[in-house]
Amino acid sequence: MPTINDILIMLPEFFLVAAACVLLLADAFMKPAERVYLHWLSIGVLVVTGYLVLRYMPEGEVTAFHGMFIRDGMSAILKVFTLLSTILVFIYGRPYMVDRKLFVGEFYTLMLFAVIGVMLLVSAGNLVMIYLGLELLTLSSYALVALNRDSGLSSEAAIKYFVLGALSSGLLLYGMSMVYGATNTLDLVQLHQAITHSTMPHLLVFGLVFMVIGVAFKLGVAPFHMWIPDVYQGAPTSVTAFIGSASKLAAFGMAFRLLATGMGDFAQHWQIMLAVLAVVSLAIGNVVAIVQTNLKRLLAYSTISHMGYLLLGLVNARPEGYSAAMFYAVSYALMSTAAFGVILALSRAGFECENIDDFKGLNQRSPWMAFLMMLSLFSLAGVPPMFGFFAKLLVLQAAIHAGMMWLAIVGAVFAIIGLYYYLRVVKVMYFDKPEAGTEVRLQPDFTLRVALSLNALALLALGLYWGPLLGWCKQAFVG
Amino acid sequence: MITLSHYIVLGAILFCISVAGLFINRKNVIVLLMAIELMLLAVNINFIAFSRFGHDVAGQVFVFFILTVAAAESAIGLAILVLLFRNRSTVNVAEIDSMKG
Repeated sequence: MPTINDILIMLPEFFLVAAACVLLLADAFMKPAERVYLHWLSIGVLVVTGYLVLRYMPEGEVTAFHGMFIRDGMSAILKVFTLLSTILVFIYGRPYMVDRKLFVGEFYTLMLFAVIGVMLLVSAGNLVMIYLGLELLTLSSYALVALNRDSGLSSEAAIKYFVLGALSSGLLLYGMSMVYGATNTLDLVQLHQAITHSTMPHLLVFGLVFMVIGVAFKLGVAPFHMWIPDVYQGAPTSVTAFIGSASKLAAFGMAFRLLATGMGDFAQHWQIMLAVLAVVSLAIGNVVAIVQTNLKRLLAYSTISHMGYLLLGLVNARPEGYSAAMFYAVSYALMSTAAFGVILALSRAGFECENIDDFKGLNQRSPWMAFLMMLSLFSLAGVPPMFGFFAKLLVLQAAIHAGMMWLAIVGAVFAIIGLYYYLRVVKVMYFDKPEAGTEVRLQPDFTLRVALSLNALALLALGLYWGPLLGWCKQAFVG
Repeated sequence: MITLSHYIVLGAILFCISVAGLFINRKNVIVLLMAIELMLLAVNINFIAFSRFGHDVAGQVFVFFILTVAAAESAIGLAILVLLFRNRSTVNVAEIDSMKG
C-alpha cells in the first residue's frame, strides 16, 4: 500500500499530472481568444512544480513506492532546469505559434506531459520506470514534432523520429531483458548489487551493449544521430527548442540512472564504449556542421558534438565526472534555448528565420538581437569567459582524470574546429551586408524580449560566476 | 523439453527479423510499423521466459506495461502516417527524403 509519505515524496509529479489533466479539460471549454490564459496557466503550473521540487531537498536520497522512485539532488537539479527551459520555450514559442495558427491547447498539454515524462525518467529507480518515463517523453515528442499538420516537412520529421525512436526503445528494452535475465531483478539498486556476483557476466555485457545503444540514440550521439538533423529542421522551432534542451537533460538523467546507478560496477565495460561514441560524435558533429546552410540543422549537428562532450564527463565514471556531465547538460540546455529563442524572435508569419543567409547584416537591423545571438553562439563554441567554456573545461578535466588524455586532446581539437562554424554565423551577422527585401521585424512580444535577454545574459553571468551552480552539481553526487 | 535457451533463441530470431525489416524495407512505412511491433513482442518473449525460469514475477508485469505502451505507440505512429500520406500522397520510404545534409 502506498503511504502518505510516498505521495509526499512524489508531490511535484502528482501536482503536475493533476494540473496537466485539468488544463487539458479546461482547454476544451476555452474559446480561441481565451487561449492566452492557458499559456499563463501552464507557466504558472510549471513554476509551482519547480517550487515543490525545491521546497523539500532531501539529504542524500529518499525513495518512494518500494524504490520505484528516487528523489535526490541530481533529480532535483535536472527537474528544476527542465522546468525552467520549458517555461522559456513557452515564452519564446508563443508568438511563433500564434503566427502559424499552432497556438492550440495540444501544444501545452503535450509539453506538460512530456515534462512529466522527464521528471519520472530522471527519478526512476527501476527499469520499468525508466521505460515508462522515456516513453511518456518520446510519445509526446512525436506528436509535438507533427504538430504542424499541413507541413510536409513536419510530418516527414515526425515519421523519421517515430521509427528511429521506436527502434531505439526496442534496443533498450532488449538490453533490459538480457540484464533482467542475468540478475533476476528490475530494481536499479538491487541490480547494482546483483551484477557483481552474477553467474552470467557475458549476458550482462550483451545487455549492456544494447542499453548503451539505446541511451546513445536518445542522447543523439553519432553514429546513432540520424534523426537529430531532420527532426530539428522539420519540427516547429519551439518544439525543436524543447527537444534541444529538456530532452537532453532527460537523456543525461537516463544515462546516469542506467549506467551509474544500475551498472556502476561494469564501468570498465561502458567507459570504453562511451569513449568511442564520444570521439565519433565529436568528429561527425563538428565536421558536418561546417557545410550546413540551415541554422536549425547547424544547431542539430552542434547538439551531436555537444552530446559527445557530455559523454567525456560520463566516461570518468566517478562523482567528479558525473557532476561535470550534469553541469554540461544544464549549460547546454540554457545555451540552446537562447539560440533557438533568437530564431523564434526573428521568425514571423510566413517567414522562418532559419537559413544562415537570413542573418546577414543582423547587426545593422537589430543590434541587440545580434548581440544576444553572438553571446549564445560564443557560449556554444566555448569561448571564455562564457558559460560553455567552463562546462567544456570541466568535462575535459574529467576525461583527463579518468586517465584518457587522448580523449581530452581529441575533444580540444574538435572544439577548435567547431569554433569555425559558430564564428561564421557571427561573421555573417556583423560583417555581411543585409540582403534587400529581408528587413527584420522583431516579434513585438515584451515578455519574449525580456526573457531572451535574461537567458542570453545569464550565459555570460554564469560564465563569470559559475561556482554556486557547480557546487550544487557536485553536492548532488556526494555520498 | 523446451528450455530457457529455446525461448531466448526464438526471441533473438524475431528481434533480428524485425531489425532486418526496419533496415532492408525500402517500400512501405506500414511495414516499418509492423517491424516495430514485432521487435517489442520479441522483447516480451525474453521477459516472460526469464520471468518463468527465474521464478520472479516482475518480468511479466513489465510485459503488461510494454504491451500497453506498444498500443499507444502504434496509435501515434499510424496518426503520423495518416498526416504524412495527406501531405505527401505517398507511404514509400524511398520518397521520404526531402531533408538532406
